[in-house]
Amino acid sequence: MVRSPRSKQLPAPEIVGHRPHPMQKYLRTDRLPHIWCSGCGLGTTLSCFTYALDQLGLDAEDVGVVSGIGCTGRTAGYLNLDSYHTTHGRAIAFATGLAVAQPTKKVVVFSGDGDLFAIGGNHFIHAARRNIDMTVICVNNFNYGMTGGQYGPTTPIGARGTTAPYGNYENPFNLPYLAASCGAVYVARWTSLDTRRLKEAMVEAISKPGFTFVEIVSPCPTNYGRRNRLGEGIDELRHYAQRSVIRHGADPAEADLIPGGDIVVGRFVDRRRPTFLEAYESQVLKRSLPERS
Amino acid sequence: MTSERILAGTHFLNGDEACAEGAMAAGCGLFAGYPITPQSEIAERISARLPQVGGVFIQMEDEISSMAAVLGGAWGGLKTMTATSGPGFSLMMENLGLGMMTETPCVVVDVQRGGPSTGLPTLIGQADMMQARWGSHGDYGVIALSPSSPQETFELTIRAFNLAEQYRLPVLLMTDEVVGHMFERVVIDPDRIQIVERRKPIAPPGEFLLYRPGADLVPQGMPTFGDGHRVHVTGLTHDERGYPVIDAQTQSELIPRLKEKVTRNAEAILDVEEIDVESADVVLIAYGISARTSLGAMQAARDRGWKVGMLRLITVWPFPERIVRQLADRVAGFVVPEINLGQIVLEVERAACGKTQVRSVPHAGGAIHDPETILQAIEEVLRDGS
Repeated sequence: MVRSPRSKQLPAPEIVGHRPHPMQKYLRTDRLPHIWCSGCGLGTTLSCFTYALDQLGLDAEDVGVVSGIGCTGRTAGYLNLDSYHTTHGRAIAFATGLAVAQPTKKVVVFSGDGDLFAIGGNHFIHAARRNIDMTVICVNNFNYGMTGGQYGPTTPIGARGTTAPYGNYENPFNLPYLAASCGAVYVARWTSLDTRRLKEAMVEAISKPGFTFVEIVSPCPTNYGRRNRLGEGIDELRHYAQRSVIRHGADPAEADLIPGGDIVVGRFVDRRRPTFLEAYESQVLKRSLPERS
Repeated sequence: MTSERILAGTHFLNGDEACAEGAMAAGCGLFAGYPITPQSEIAERISARLPQVGGVFIQMEDEISSMAAVLGGAWGGLKTMTATSGPGFSLMMENLGLGMMTETPCVVVDVQRGGPSTGLPTLIGQADMMQARWGSHGDYGVIALSPSSPQETFELTIRAFNLAEQYRLPVLLMTDEVVGHMFERVVIDPDRIQIVERRKPIAPPGEFLLYRPGADLVPQGMPTFGDGHRVHVTGLTHDERGYPVIDAQTQSELIPRLKEKVTRNAEAILDVEEIDVESADVVLIAYGISARTSLGAMQAARDRGWKVGMLRLITVWPFPERIVRQLADRVAGFVVPEINLGQIVLEVERAACGKTQVRSVPHAGGAIHDPETILQAIEEVLRDGS
C-alpha cells in the first residue's frame, strides 16, 4: 500500500492574476464566470478534462459532451465543444444515441453522483453492459448540491444532508464496483486534488474503446462540507487527499468509501471486450444481408 | 423481405409492419425502443430491416431511455424513431419535452391501447389523444397524425418524418391497436414517396445561431455533432445561441415560438378527409379506427335517407379548427365517436362555439364502437335539431 504524496500538509493555494486559461480553446469564455461555488471541485475537474483533450490531441470537433442536471450537469455548457445538457438522469441514454450515430467521435458524459446513480442508475448499468463507446465522468460530491444538499446514493452512512438531518442511514453505492460488475472496460477513481493522475485517467478512459468510467471524489463545501464539518473547500479536499491511498489494480469490491476509512484511488479495471457497435457489426449487420452465392 | 430501403410492390402487412416500412422508406437511421404490446411488431420488423441498410436498432432499458436515445441520435445526424404504447408513452413525456424544447426532429409512435395504467394491454383504446397534446409539462406546439389503415400508416409514418424535419420537433403518430394489428394490402410505389431531408445550417460555424428562426418560425438548419458548429443544446430556457438564460424575457421569446411554429403553419400541416360533408346535415368527426367504424354508421344512416357526412381527422393536432367552425354555421350537429370518454370532442365543442349540437359517442376501450351506437347518436342529433 502506497500513501499518496498528497497526504502531506498542503500549502495554501496561490492566487494567480487574470490571464487567459491555457486551455481556453476548449472553453466557452463568453459563458464565464461559471456558476459553481468557490471551493467546489468542478472547476478543477473541468480544467483537467481540457488538459486531457489537449494531451490526446483532439480537436473540438472530435469530442461531444453530454450532461444531465445538477451542478456537474452545467459542465457541458462551459465547454466549447458540441455539448448537450439533457434531462435529469438521462445523459447516458441521450449519449447512447449520439455515440451510435457518430461512431468515429468521442462521447463523454459528465455528470454528478445523484444524476448518474439515483435517477439515472438504470441507464448507467445498461450502457456499461452493452459496452457503448463512451466515457462517463462522475463528479462525486456525496450529495445533491444544486437543490440544497440532500442525501443521495453515494452519501456515506452517518453523513448529514438536508433530508438526512439525523445522518444518512442508507447504504451508499461503491461506484467502481458497480461499474466493474456491469462490464465497464476501464474504471478509475481519483480525488479532484490529484489533477495529474486524474488527467491521465481521463486520457486513458477517453482513448479506450468501450464504456469507461472515472469517479472523482470532489468537495462541495457549500452543502456537504458545511453540514459535515469538513471546513472550507480546501479543507474538505485536504481531508479527502490525506485519506486517499493509491492501489492500482485493487479489487473494486474493496473500494467502499467508509467514513474515517481510506479512500482507495487508482485504476481498478483496464480490459478489452467488443463494443456495442463492434458486436453489432459482426453479429448483426453481416447476418442481416441475404447470402450471396 | 428485401434488403432495399424501400419495400417496393404490393404487400399484405399489418399497421405496425407498415409503420416500420414507412420509417425505412423515410430514411430512418436509428430506432430505439422498448418492448410493449401492441407496438412490438414495429420493433420486431425494424430490428430485421434497419441492419440491412446499415442502420442501428437498439433495444433500450425502458421508454425513458428510448426517447432520450432518439434525441441523441438526431443530433448525431440521423433520422430517428421510437414506438410504444400507453405506459411507455407516459414514460416518454419528460424527454418528449426535451425534444420540443431543443427542437429535435424525430418520430414517436403510440399504438394506443386501453388505459389508464396497464389497462388493456392487448386491446384498443384512443385515450392518449389529450396526452399527446398536453402530456409533457410546459407549453409547446404538437403535430399528431392518426392513420386509419395499414396503407395510411405507411404513408403517415413518412409524413411524420418529413414534418419533423420541416418544423423541427418530435412528431407523434397516434395509431391504435386495431389499426396496428389489422392486415391489409399495402402498396408501396417508390415514385410516390417524397422525402424531406434535414436542412443544413444557413451560415458557417461561428456565424450560425442555433435557434434563430426563419420567417416560418423554425430554426434555420440543424448542425450535426462534429461538423464544427460546436452547438450548445439545453433543455433550459435559452437564447438564439442556445445558451441558457433564466428570465421571463427569454421565456417570452422562446416558448410562444415553440407553439406558434405549429399553429401559424397549421394550414400547411393540416390534413383531413371530407366525405360528403358538403351536403350533410350531420357530420361525423372521427380519426384512426373510429373513422373506419363510422363509415358503417354513415352508410346505415344514408340507407335511412339521412344526410350524413364525415370529417376524418388525419392530423388531429393541430386541430382543424377553421373547418369545424365553418361547418358549425350550417350543420345540424357533429357526432364524435372515439374510444375514450370524450377527448377530441372537447376541441370540437370549442371550435363549434355553441353554434350547433356536438354529441360525444364515448367508448371506454377494449373494442371498437358498435356502429349502431353511432347511428343512434346521429338520430338523436337529427331529432333534437328539428
